Amino acid sequence: MLYMILGTVLILFALGGAGLVMGQWSDRETVEGWIYAGSAAACGLNAALMVGFLVSGASGMEAAVPVGLPWLSARFRLDGLAAIFLLIVGTGGVLSALYGFAHRRHTQDPAWVAFFFPLFLGGMTLVPLADDAFSFLLSWELMSLASWFMVLASHQHHETRRAAIVYLVMAAIGTVAMMLAFGTLAGAAGGYSFEAMRGADISPWAGAMVVLFVLVGAGSKAGVVPLHAWLPLAHPAAPTHVSALMSGVMTKVALYAIIRVLFDLLPAVGWGWGLAMLAVGGLTAVLGVLYAVLQRDIKTVLAYSTVENIGVILTAIGLAVAFKASGYAALAGLSLVAGLFHAINHSLYKSLLFLGAGAVVSATGYRDLERLGGVIHRMPVTAATFLIGSAAIAALPPLNGFASEWLLFQALLNGPRLPEWALKLAVPVVGALLALATALASACFVRVFGITFLGRPRSPEAMMAKEAERGILVVLVVLAGACVILGVAPMMVLSIVSPVVETLMGAPPLADGGRGLLWMEPLAERDSSYSGLILLVAVMGMASLMFLVRRQASGRLSRSHAWDCGCPDPNPLTQYTASSFSQPIRRVFATTLFRAREDVEMPEPGDVSPARFTVSLYDPVWQWFYRPVTRVIGWVADKSDAAQLMSIREYLAIMFAALILLLTVMMVIR
Amino acid sequence: MSTLHYDIAHVLDGSVLLLGFLLLYQRRMFGLINIFAFQALGLALAAAWQAHVHGESHLYATALIALSVKAGIIPYALRRLIIHFGIHRTIDTALGIGPSLVAGATLVALSVMLVLPVTADSAALTREKLALALSTVLIGLLMMITRRNAITQVIGFMALENGLILAAVGVQGMPLVVEMGIAFEVMVAFIIFGIFFFHIRDRFESLDLQYLESHRGERR
Repeated sequence: MLYMILGTVLILFALGGAGLVMGQWSDRETVEGWIYAGSAAACGLNAALMVGFLVSGASGMEAAVPVGLPWLSARFRLDGLAAIFLLIVGTGGVLSALYGFAHRRHTQDPAWVAFFFPLFLGGMTLVPLADDAFSFLLSWELMSLASWFMVLASHQHHETRRAAIVYLVMAAIGTVAMMLAFGTLAGAAGGYSFEAMRGADISPWAGAMVVLFVLVGAGSKAGVVPLHAWLPLAHPAAPTHVSALMSGVMTKVALYAIIRVLFDLLPAVGWGWGLAMLAVGGLTAVLGVLYAVLQRDIKTVLAYSTVENIGVILTAIGLAVAFKASGYAALAGLSLVAGLFHAINHSLYKSLLFLGAGAVVSATGYRDLERLGGVIHRMPVTAATFLIGSAAIAALPPLNGFASEWLLFQALLNGPRLPEWALKLAVPVVGALLALATALASACFVRVFGITFLGRPRSPEAMMAKEAERGILVVLVVLAGACVILGVAPMMVLSIVSPVVETLMGAPPLADGGRGLLWMEPLAERDSSYSGLILLVAVMGMASLMFLVRRQASGRLSRSHAWDCGCPDPNPLTQYTASSFSQPIRRVFATTLFRAREDVEMPEPGDVSPARFTVSLYDPVWQWFYRPVTRVIGWVADKSDAAQLMSIREYLAIMFAALILLLTVMMVIR
Repeated sequence: MSTLHYDIAHVLDGSVLLLGFLLLYQRRMFGLINIFAFQALGLALAAAWQAHVHGESHLYATALIALSVKAGIIPYALRRLIIHFGIHRTIDTALGIGPSLVAGATLVALSVMLVLPVTADSAALTREKLALALSTVLIGLLMMITRRNAITQVIGFMALENGLILAAVGVQGMPLVVEMGIAFEVMVAFIIFGIFFFHIRDRFESLDLQYLESHRGERR
């Protein structure tokens, strides 16, 4: 099975190469059609294989492929954890590829997007499979670079070029940190296979360094605050189906690296790291969604919302670390199951939202919310699926977002069992932060859905929008259906995720209540259980009840313009705008945090020029984190510039000093 | 090995180091070249003594190379160069004579303190020889960085190389091929330096390396 997956990766690489060659003398549409169809088939096969692997509960399988460094062939290994993430990659890949396939006639992206797309998928497939540091880093870099080229698709825009530079720098920093992490793990003996790392005897200090490096390296790729700065710039800049992959899948692959190192490669991680991850995760969730709710660009909103969800998942991982360090293996497993479930769910609804937003953007030509509106009448299917995605991401029952967050809160509510006082105090605070983030996420997606699809069109393009191609609608409906199904029957996923977590933690994470697939019962003794189906039935019942009531009520239909208090104004600009909708949140939360300022510029009496209302926001992360760093780097570069222009004698003197220093060190150590 | 053999070897190695100090002390160009020739002579004697005591005949070849090339040809060629180009015959120092000597003494102390503990399990003679050789190498390096003129830098380099040969002689089992290689390398280095001198002189009418620095264009 492992060889089959490696085979599909080879097919993906071959597709990229063939695309490059065929593009020279065949017409673009055909070539891209083949590339996307082939990618979809390869990813679909992978996803199906992974489902089979997880359901059968087969144990790990290994393969060594004689490529790479001569004394170290690339080693690959398929186990449960890798399979879960391969399933995410495969599912996200097949649906994005299908979107690309359906959209290829109308695409305005440069041809290289189709060339790098399969390479990107291949890289993401290899990362979870890698079983030594070299093949891991190589796949990791392939994933970064391929996505970087696709971010550059709209390179003619200045912002895109800036985003690409920031992305490249952050990716480089991340890879260096990962390298350092693996180097520390391998230790002086230099065992670079994961097998050797598992067995290595590592000192607590070195272990702490590894955790720090992994959190920086993989955290920057996943978008953890304050390393998230590239994400909301780069993810929206890529073509839609690539954005969906980057947000929905690539961030998960980064989380895979964190989970792999923290729970598999390292023997033990201190509870202090759990506390740190809880704090960072909670902060990431709240800041991410606060950023999201203030943005005007629909794709940027979605990218920031990815930051929020990464924060939620990181909280789950941090909680698992804390529980594991305190000896509560089952609760640690529950937290990790919640995290993995949320990762799967987020990959589904974030792909759905990005692809839906992409459909709207390509139909109207606008990413700015202030230019959209009323699209629901022109694109009903897109609107319905987008609504389901929004409800899922806002964690509304009975959808999958609620199921995973409910599970995470079950774990959080057991926080007081932790022995350390810092954790006892921190866990409820983080829980409150997550609750705040979820509430803000609801506001955010009410805003996105309402401003985009409801009300009246704010631009002629929005008024003339056409429903997306049938292929795209199929993709959206499939994703929306998956969100509903996983929400109604979460045990479908949990029953295959929990054995994997059990092998990592050594204890079954979910108590078996014996009530079948429809009931989710994490902790039998607490007797907290959740059934999506009952909620679904209840919601449906309420809806049909309301429908009946309306039918029985007065038959006189009164129709008025939306959001106009019944007093129609001919100008659609009198509606709520995206900015005005988020104004209360901006005033409450962003005034101190983001230093949000509203300036009203009134013309003099008698002056006919329009009044202007401007909102200014400062990003504290840029101001307090990145700017000092760049300033220090600039200062060091300025100072070390002198080293470029020394005389031969001075260079010799430096070497001499280094030699003397080393000799002295040698002497002292002996 | 008798004590006398040991002492003679010690004296010869020590003289190489002492002449290294004299190199640091010397202010005049011709004097510097003479001292360098003497140092090479000391090296040749040390190698020959080692060959005699241990019966390693290939060390005679080393001694012969040191004697002919470093005590003969190179000093002669350097003197010809100085006369030919009319080079200033005083030595321009970047670090004064006194401080240089103090630094040199510190380096000797450093190498003794470093080598003796590190090689605790080797034979006594080898250990001290290594300490002396390392001191000579470091003093050669010190000379290269504390003197401004190109010729003094060449001599510093050669003194450094003398230290290397001294170490090679002391360590038994150093193959002749390696020594030949080092000797050949010195020859090549000397030729390159010669061409380099010629060109600097041609361009700037001086061998002071400061002139070279001002012509790199970016600064000064």
